[in-house]
Amino acid sequence: MFEGLSSRFGLILRKVRGRGRLGPEDVEEFLGEIRVALLEADVHLGVVRTLLDRIGERAVGSELGGALNPGRMVVKIVLEELTEVLGGETFRPAYAPKPPTVVLLAGLQGSGKTTAAAKLARWYKGQGRNPMLIGADLLRPAAVEQLRTLGGRINVPVFSEATDPVSVARAGLAEAVGLGRDVVICDTAGRLAIDEDLMAEVAEISGALQPHHTFLVIDAMTGQDAVTTAEAFHARLGLDALIITKLDGDARGGAALSVKEVVGRPIAFASSGETLEDFEPFHPDRLAGRILGMGDVETLIEKAEETFAEEQAEAAAARMLEGTFTLDDFLEQVRALRKMGSVSSIMGMVPGMARQVRDLDAEVDERRIDRIEGIINSMTPAERVDPDVIDGSRRARIAAGSGTQVGEINQLVKQFREMRRIMKQMGATGPGRKKAGRGKKKGRGGRTTARGSAPIDGKVGGKKGLSLPGLDDLPASQGPSSSGLDLLGSWPLD
Amino acid sequence: MGLRSSLGCARDAWSTHLATVRAAGSVDDRTWEDLTDALLLADIGVSTTEALIAGLRHRVGMDGVDEIEGVLGLLKEEILGRLGGADRSLAVGGSPSVWLFVGVNGVGKTTTIGKLGCREVAAGRSVVFAAGDTFRAAAADQLAVWADRAGSSLVRGAEGADPGSVVFDAVEHAAARGADLVLADTAGRVHTRGNLMDELTKVRRVADKGAGTVTETLLVVDATTGQNGLVQARQFAAAADVTGIVLTKLDGSARGGIVVAVQDDLGIPVKLVGVGEGLDDLVSFDPRDFVDALFAVDAVA
Repeated sequence: MFEGLSSRFGLILRKVRGRGRLGPEDVEEFLGEIRVALLEADVHLGVVRTLLDRIGERAVGSELGGALNPGRMVVKIVLEELTEVLGGETFRPAYAPKPPTVVLLAGLQGSGKTTAAAKLARWYKGQGRNPMLIGADLLRPAAVEQLRTLGGRINVPVFSEATDPVSVARAGLAEAVGLGRDVVICDTAGRLAIDEDLMAEVAEISGALQPHHTFLVIDAMTGQDAVTTAEAFHARLGLDALIITKLDGDARGGAALSVKEVVGRPIAFASSGETLEDFEPFHPDRLAGRILGMGDVETLIEKAEETFAEEQAEAAAARMLEGTFTLDDFLEQVRALRKMGSVSSIMGMVPGMARQVRDLDAEVDERRIDRIEGIINSMTPAERVDPDVIDGSRRARIAAGSGTQVGEINQLVKQFREMRRIMKQMGATGPGRKKAGRGKKKGRGGRTTARGSAPIDGKVGGKKGLSLPGLDDLPASQGPSSSGLDLLGSWPLD
Repeated sequence: MGLRSSLGCARDAWSTHLATVRAAGSVDDRTWEDLTDALLLADIGVSTTEALIAGLRHRVGMDGVDEIEGVLGLLKEEILGRLGGADRSLAVGGSPSVWLFVGVNGVGKTTTIGKLGCREVAAGRSVVFAAGDTFRAAAADQLAVWADRAGSSLVRGAEGADPGSVVFDAVEHAAARGADLVLADTAGRVHTRGNLMDELTKVRRVADKGAGTVTETLLVVDATTGQNGLVQARQFAAAADVTGIVLTKLDGSARGGIVVAVQDDLGIPVKLVGVGEGLDDLVSFDPRDFVDALFAVDAVA
């Protein structure tokens, strides 16, 4: 997710990072490229302009004059301003003092409200709550059946009746109170922001429910119109936050950034896949990190915790990051990860993996895992520990044994090697640790990294959420310790 | 703060842009900037926008146009030039013909099939619906409601059934009854998921295998789609041989400019547009109407 934006920035930043001198025309050209990158990422034109103004002002202003390394200074400015736009507090769902807590979902047609409603209910369940769903989309044929099916899958009751949406909402709320459910999530029909009748209707539903939270469900692939839509819904319903959906594609999601900047409401949850588990609270500070290519170790750990026992999670993440695993471990990991959600959504969270995910995706695709398993099962224990021993005749044997082609074995070994290399590199230089070779400190694995240390969160407790890891407090001779930054090259180092 | 007030509503922003352009009277650098902004706000995208504006400036210079309305007229011509010349009819010719609908989640595939089915039945064709979306809960039920409205038959499988076999069965069913047309739904899928795209390739192949012929593979694109639409179109075209675009939800505030880039880049024409909830709101694509709407100030007020 957001990968396009990340890699584009990587390229642009690499271009200027080492410049000793930046003239006004260099800055101009650089800003032009930033503009294209943001627009191609669907960032709203107005937001692009604001960002460029801020960056430009600082870049040509006094800040550059005294800088020893103007290229590096420009990079710093860009990252800070981006962070400013992306930053902000993580949205924390509150619970009503007198249950039930009522949540209303609204949005355009096809933004993914019904699926999001079920995913949200599942999330609340995971928090130890007893949610109930109300199906108030009586317009789209079979929308209520869809909600009932999804509710059945997660064992959450669904209320609906063939009356009208406002009555359904009202009766559903009464039902929830009667049943003693402590969270009520109301799905509504998709509607265009300019459809006066339907907007009035959803306002009426809101009036009947008096929701504690109103979420706008918005598609990550939306273009410039996202801001218009969000503003219209906000004016009518008073939004608390957004749920962004379909983040598993390669949409760059600039619309999401823009809504935060223009409407002033954060994204509360992100939905990123086909299964009901692919849904998680959205952390703007982490997103900034992800856009800058730093990955999202923290989310990965949280997800692992949900599925595994805690110590298993630590071990798994630590081994992944240390890169000491074998092909056996690899297979185990892939199988375990599969339980957590789709493989690619997990991979996207590993720092620096965003770029690799698409290549790997072809290989670690759900359907192809069986073939990988076949290949690994046809290897001797020695080969699994050290794939380098696999020569031509061994390859032929493995291919025959697993019913695959020699080429597939080569590919698997090559990708495994690459993956191990990247992870090892991350383990050595992961967030919060010093660069390898300079007082390398072996951390306790991902968990320590994620929870204990400051850099990924920036100034802890600070309003920004994310700062430039190390840039502020390290002398010029030292680089930041983030792996993602290393993948961009070593730009802050000289 | 300044941003928030300066943005206002994007519809206003759009109107403002064109109003500024029009009010200026004379053509200067500001004109090009404003027109560029207007095109970007319509999701036409950076590279297509820059190409359009460059072409426009050239023509304006050549023709010596110096008033705004003339410039706007030429810009419309530029866009029309990029949209023009395509065959936008929906091909038939199989017995039965199969029209396959593909796209990412939530763009309106099932609804489009429903409306189109009603339209084709009204035009005297016998239609069979194929509920090839076996993934989304109750998708087949949704299509069943439409089949009922159209008075057509629906072939469906169990939830999670192989979509290829559902479509194949529908084609056989249609062939056995001498039906003219099979409208085949597929599950929404994000184009980055290799396995799901492979599945689509297979569905496309299977639909062609029996008595029927796939004469159209239509990619359904939501008008709110941003720059990702281009990638979508490219991936779906590679997987399923897309023959045309259905642009849905054009009745909202989004202008659907991404289709200009799609046709420009990939040569895939828009064939149908969805302009409302009603049965008759799925219409053939008229480039001139589209371009006029693109430049309509307050088209949706």
